[in-house]
Amino acid sequence: MSLASTGPGHGSAGQLPRLLALVPFLLAHPGIRLAEVATTFAVSEDRLRKDLNLLWVCGLPGHGPGDLIDVEFEGDTVTLLEPAGVTRPLRLTVDEALALIVALRALAETPGLTGVPDGFGERDAVERTLAKVELAAGAAAGAAGRVEVSVEGEQRVLPVVRAALESSRRLHLSYHVPGRDETTERDVDPMRLLLVEGRSYLEAWCRRAEGVRLFRLDRVQEVTVLDLPSEPPVDAERRDVSQGLFRPGPDDLLVTLALRPGAAWVADYHPCESVVAAADGSLTVRLRARDTGWVRRLALRLGEQGRVLAPADLAEQVRDDAARALAAYA
Amino acid sequence: MSAKKTERLLNLVICLLATRRFLSVQEIRTAVPGYAQDTEDAFRRMFERDKEELREIGIPLETGTDSAAHDDEPGYRIARRDYELPEIHLEPDEAAALGLAARLWQSAPLAGATGSALLKLRAAGVDAPAAPAALEPRVGASEPAFEACLSAVRDGQAIAFSYRSAGPHPAARRSVEPWGVVSWRGRWYLVGHDVDRGAERVFRLSRMVGAVKTVGEAGAVLAPPGLDLRAMAGRMAVDEPRHLARVSLRDGAGWELRRAASSSAADPDRDGWQIVELGFSDPERLADRVTGYGADAVVLGPPEARDAVVRRLTALAS
Repeated sequence: MSLASTGPGHGSAGQLPRLLALVPFLLAHPGIRLAEVATTFAVSEDRLRKDLNLLWVCGLPGHGPGDLIDVEFEGDTVTLLEPAGVTRPLRLTVDEALALIVALRALAETPGLTGVPDGFGERDAVERTLAKVELAAGAAAGAAGRVEVSVEGEQRVLPVVRAALESSRRLHLSYHVPGRDETTERDVDPMRLLLVEGRSYLEAWCRRAEGVRLFRLDRVQEVTVLDLPSEPPVDAERRDVSQGLFRPGPDDLLVTLALRPGAAWVADYHPCESVVAAADGSLTVRLRARDTGWVRRLALRLGEQGRVLAPADLAEQVRDDAARALAAYA
Repeated sequence: MSAKKTERLLNLVICLLATRRFLSVQEIRTAVPGYAQDTEDAFRRMFERDKEELREIGIPLETGTDSAAHDDEPGYRIARRDYELPEIHLEPDEAAALGLAARLWQSAPLAGATGSALLKLRAAGVDAPAAPAALEPRVGASEPAFEACLSAVRDGQAIAFSYRSAGPHPAARRSVEPWGVVSWRGRWYLVGHDVDRGAERVFRLSRMVGAVKTVGEAGAVLAPPGLDLRAMAGRMAVDEPRHLARVSLRDGAGWELRRAASSSAADPDRDGWQIVELGFSDPERLADRVTGYGADAVVLGPPEARDAVVRRLTALAS
């Protein structure tokens, strides 16, 4: 298990909570390797030795030899002989209970995610875990009901995708590409299922595009597990989604849009290279688009609230699109 | 925190856990190394700060007096049943589910809280969770207002903030009794009672400008029972269907509209086109969904839906 880097482990700031967990942890794991303890607590071995040296001088009032916490080293292992009454970890705080319970609920309520027997257990492993954590948290669990994370799962598609990942099988997808408003047929080798920004995506090696692609599951029209092994190239790289799902590339078309206040939401929803706001709340934004179909649709949708300033041929295309669409209403 | 202070605090915790009766301040001063050498005043100040630090990390300090106590000054102890994490045992598949859930939070403060919670569970004997690598749940909270809103919701405390609403309005001050925060389609919303408007409102955290200030006492705000946060956030983003629009679609076009449509039939006036019926209440929101398809989608009615699309196209075509 690796811990979040913002855990309590670093340096001396979170030292007391760490020590209060360390004593019962060592008690529960006699003869554990120092390196494993350090990894679990996300500290260096040097830091861990300092912690252990400090434990050694702490104990029950009187602080005689029999009162102190006692730790025995043997080779690179450590055993706690005397816990001085610190036999159990401290209860979860409200924030700790909230973090675990809200996360477990989000998984439990993602349609299609649970209920599949697979690598992480039987159908209700998440629910069982949730019940146990809630019970252990006691009163601290109360605030968790005031925080919720909604993830759209796709009951129809998600279990099939998970099964393919589990058995390393190739998938055939009928996939809708919204920028072109067309459905494409392709075979893909599944790599990972991502639940990001409230939606679920399959990351896969697309054999048609010969590249790693993300497929939003609610745009999958049909999915079939093929009787072929999934074989993504060994050098197929997982996408780094830590900075958002869609990071435009330098080769994508740079578009300048004038947005009236009613269309200012565009700047919230799409990564922009620059945003200049005027006093009346209107914006001038520059963003990159992978395909012009997407920008043309966006511009049509915005109507009088938006205008393509550049490139000029794109602005011309939008004018033509609008004129052709308008002809049907004449 | 210095090692010396950590040592003193750990000894204090051990001492107060070990006692059944309340210990007077003077007894604590004698029993815990690190308090003895200071003057009375310095010791008192130090002890006050130490108590505060223990409470901050969630240690339940109990105050009271025993019949045996000689003076009226309250004593201290830590009740083991309030301090100790109850027994918890997870099966391997449950530990994997926990490991998966623990990967969800990507940012402070909940990523840190997850880390310290897992340490406590590991210390209680729960096995190291091994979550499946092919499944990656991630929830970010990059909005600057997130931490303040989360705290206010957790503590039941009213807040005030400057809010930039949609449309041509400058940011305005809002006073809110917060009921909950909810992440919906990757964005965080605050749900609560808008004090000035006297009504239930949903706020997008990304539209809060500047600092979120707390107002009044913690614990003063009580959320109504049976609150469905997800539904409230969803209502703000999704048009509730009150009317039906008839839209003609070119064959093969408008998949997302077809998927949402309640019915579909051949268009008698356009060869190879189909008419679908779409629920809507706000004609502008219907136009948001349809106008992007350009010449591949034609709104047949009702007139207000048709007019909303025609107005947008007219503005662009001229």
